[in-house]
Amino acid sequence: MNAVATTQGRVAFDWRRAARRHGWTVGVFVLLLVLVLYWRSSTNLPWGTFDVQSLAIDALPLAFVAMGQAIVIISGGIDLSVGSMMSLVNVLAAKYMVTSLGDATVGSSATAGSFGRAVGVSLLLLAFGFLAGAMTGFIIHVSKIADIIVTLAMLFVWAGAALAVLEVPGGGTALRYQNLVTLDTVFTAWLPKALVILLVVYALLWLTIRRRRPGLALYAIGSNRSAAYLSGINVPQARVFAYAMSGTFAALGGLALTAASGIGDPHSGDIYTLNSVAAVVLGGVSLLGGVGGLLGVMAAAFVLTLVKTILIIKGVDQNYAQVIQGSLIVLVVMIGGLAIRQKGKSGG
Amino acid sequence: MNGETTLLEARGIRKTYGPVVALASANLAVGSGEVHALLGANGAGKSTLVKLLTGVTKPDEGEITFAGREIRVGSPAEAARLGLAPVFQDPALVPDLTVGQNMRLTRSSVGAVRARLREMELDVDFSERAGDVPLPMLRMVDLARALARDPRLLVLDEITAALPSDLAERVFAVMREWRDQGRSVLFITHRLAEVIATCDRATILRDGGDVATIVPREGGETAIVEHMLGPEAARAEEEAVAREETAPQRVEGDVIVDVASLRVGRVADVSFSLHGGEILGIAALEGQGQDELFAVLSGQQRADGGEIRVVGRALRARTPYDAIRQGLVLVPADRLLALLPQRPISENIAAPRYNTPTRWGPINMREERRRIGSAIDALQIDTRARRQVRRLSGGNQQKVTIARWLASGFRALLCYDPTRGIDVGTKRQVYGLLRRLADDGAAILFFSSELAEFPLVCDRVVTLFGGRITGELAGETADEAALLRAMHGLVEDAAA
Repeated sequence: MNAVATTQGRVAFDWRRAARRHGWTVGVFVLLLVLVLYWRSSTNLPWGTFDVQSLAIDALPLAFVAMGQAIVIISGGIDLSVGSMMSLVNVLAAKYMVTSLGDATVGSSATAGSFGRAVGVSLLLLAFGFLAGAMTGFIIHVSKIADIIVTLAMLFVWAGAALAVLEVPGGGTALRYQNLVTLDTVFTAWLPKALVILLVVYALLWLTIRRRRPGLALYAIGSNRSAAYLSGINVPQARVFAYAMSGTFAALGGLALTAASGIGDPHSGDIYTLNSVAAVVLGGVSLLGGVGGLLGVMAAAFVLTLVKTILIIKGVDQNYAQVIQGSLIVLVVMIGGLAIRQKGKSGG
Repeated sequence: MNGETTLLEARGIRKTYGPVVALASANLAVGSGEVHALLGANGAGKSTLVKLLTGVTKPDEGEITFAGREIRVGSPAEAARLGLAPVFQDPALVPDLTVGQNMRLTRSSVGAVRARLREMELDVDFSERAGDVPLPMLRMVDLARALARDPRLLVLDEITAALPSDLAERVFAVMREWRDQGRSVLFITHRLAEVIATCDRATILRDGGDVATIVPREGGETAIVEHMLGPEAARAEEEAVAREETAPQRVEGDVIVDVASLRVGRVADVSFSLHGGEILGIAALEGQGQDELFAVLSGQQRADGGEIRVVGRALRARTPYDAIRQGLVLVPADRLLALLPQRPISENIAAPRYNTPTRWGPINMREERRRIGSAIDALQIDTRARRQVRRLSGGNQQKVTIARWLASGFRALLCYDPTRGIDVGTKRQVYGLLRRLADDGAAILFFSSELAEFPLVCDRVVTLFGGRITGELAGETADEAALLRAMHGLVEDAAA
């Protein structure tokens, strides 16, 4: 039935197919909703706009970096350098958004620069992220070395560079720049600005290309590289583009860290390398490439952040909290995988 | 043929991959308004030449002129711009995108592709994921996409290899239409009957060079084969086949596989018995249940109803492992499904034996080498590239898939389109091998998408239509016309 020949023209909306195609994304959003309800019921404190805002702020860096990671994984690669790229952008931002760095040993603190300066530095760093990512992609293409090895090497390169820029946490940024993600809300206090920024970036950087040739090319090279080539896709170009996008999103993540924390820390991005992969997997993107979208990945970033929050509220030991987080990822992905296999069998 | 003007000309093309000379010096000229066949045994250089013409790879030497101008084709996209539209052996559609998205990816007009499909009386859901569309239909979409670009030269590489005869017929109609419009088709195939029926001229490649350009209708199959194999080899092959044909010493053996009222997927109700020492053909159009039948027999799928007995014992196969233990082994059409492409020939042949459950402990290497060696000899496998099976030619790969079962032993060999995409010489070796196996008492079930094979190979042919057996013919009488009628369920059931 779902195979070939539907004899009459365009058929009505195919619910079963839509469920098959978008089921995972819907599932992640349902999981997020369940967690939010649980989160709310697990505390006696009044539940207010502050909680929503802090969740959005916490999740923003992960959401950004996971989106970039998702783009690379969809295109059939993996980018392990995103975490230290975030750190590097974070320390560069914190260092150059201030007019004087100050010196912790003497006790003088950094002098924040103007908001305009902060925005200018941000744009430069976004361009830097794009170019650095493109360079990684280019090295992968030219050297023909596996993605995982080249990006692992870049992980060390960017981590070292971050330490060279700022050895200890320090620096700062304009208060108004921090308010961009922290305090301000849009329309209502229930709609945090961090979430709005995330959605705007999603619309600008992903929705614009997803259904057009550049986006389709990413799916194509991840799905079947030789078919993509025979379809006239410039495969090296598409690969370099995927890594450039990943670099840009990592830079966005680094800037989000800067705005949220107000300082630069050369280790701030460390945890995000593998967390981004976790969010991508949880978000329904196949590690084999070619399958998935960014909406589920964004929701997965919120899920992972929320799990951490809930475990803290519950007072679970930090070490066990990690065990629980990891188990949850395996469990969810396993259940999802089984569900897909079952559907595959009955669908015949 | 009105090939006064030459549309495409390739002169002195040379291409090497490391030490391997794929093309030594090949020439090809395709006229305007002609259907031109490119023929040759596996490894003669056909695929390489097509790849060079369509910009997938670049030649080391030689020049290509198209419509009077010398061209350098850098990529498939560039070939398309020049008016050269290829349809490759492997579908060039990205499996995870929908059919519609694939069209956008190649900047093809969805409307034009739809129109082409409608002309061929095919209906494809463009919002379906390409990976979910059955392979033969995907080939037709690929063809429609190429046609939608209105190319001056259509290059069809083995397009009919995976097509059932009704779809192949539509491809031929397109080829005729293209010729009538004064445009050209370069047609690559292993099916000589198709060449004789549809092509104006044929260029034959052997060992990386062109040996002749002939009019296929004049010389017929014998002339083509002679050119493809070289004069002496062809004669030897003919004799070998003749010898086998003159010795039809058929002994009806015991029933090896007994299928009773089998029901699964599209198989509605199928019963037959397969005897030792016979080759039973299953002839069917695309999607009449043959896939499910073979899947159940080889343990990949479980039956919904009915019974299968292997030498009297009920088949309880939940996995291929169980089927193999009961002696039912599969030779699939897609060789890479069965092989370990990066591993050597010997390991591939030995792989099924690692599972022999009765013998634990270390593998007896001397015994194993002996078995592998004799299987390789029996099948005349070319072992020059023995370190990695993926480097073998298609024909040799298929021989390895059969050799695996020779070395491990079996009761019934299930051959699902075993000669798909392999050349005439190797095909004949496969036919001869199947016959020898049957003479030694093996039971062989044989499906092919190429009807001409049935009378050459089978003792008996049953036709499957709509999930039921619609006819049974003796091997000698199973010519194309009779098969086609029975396959469409049109047999006049005088007997029943």
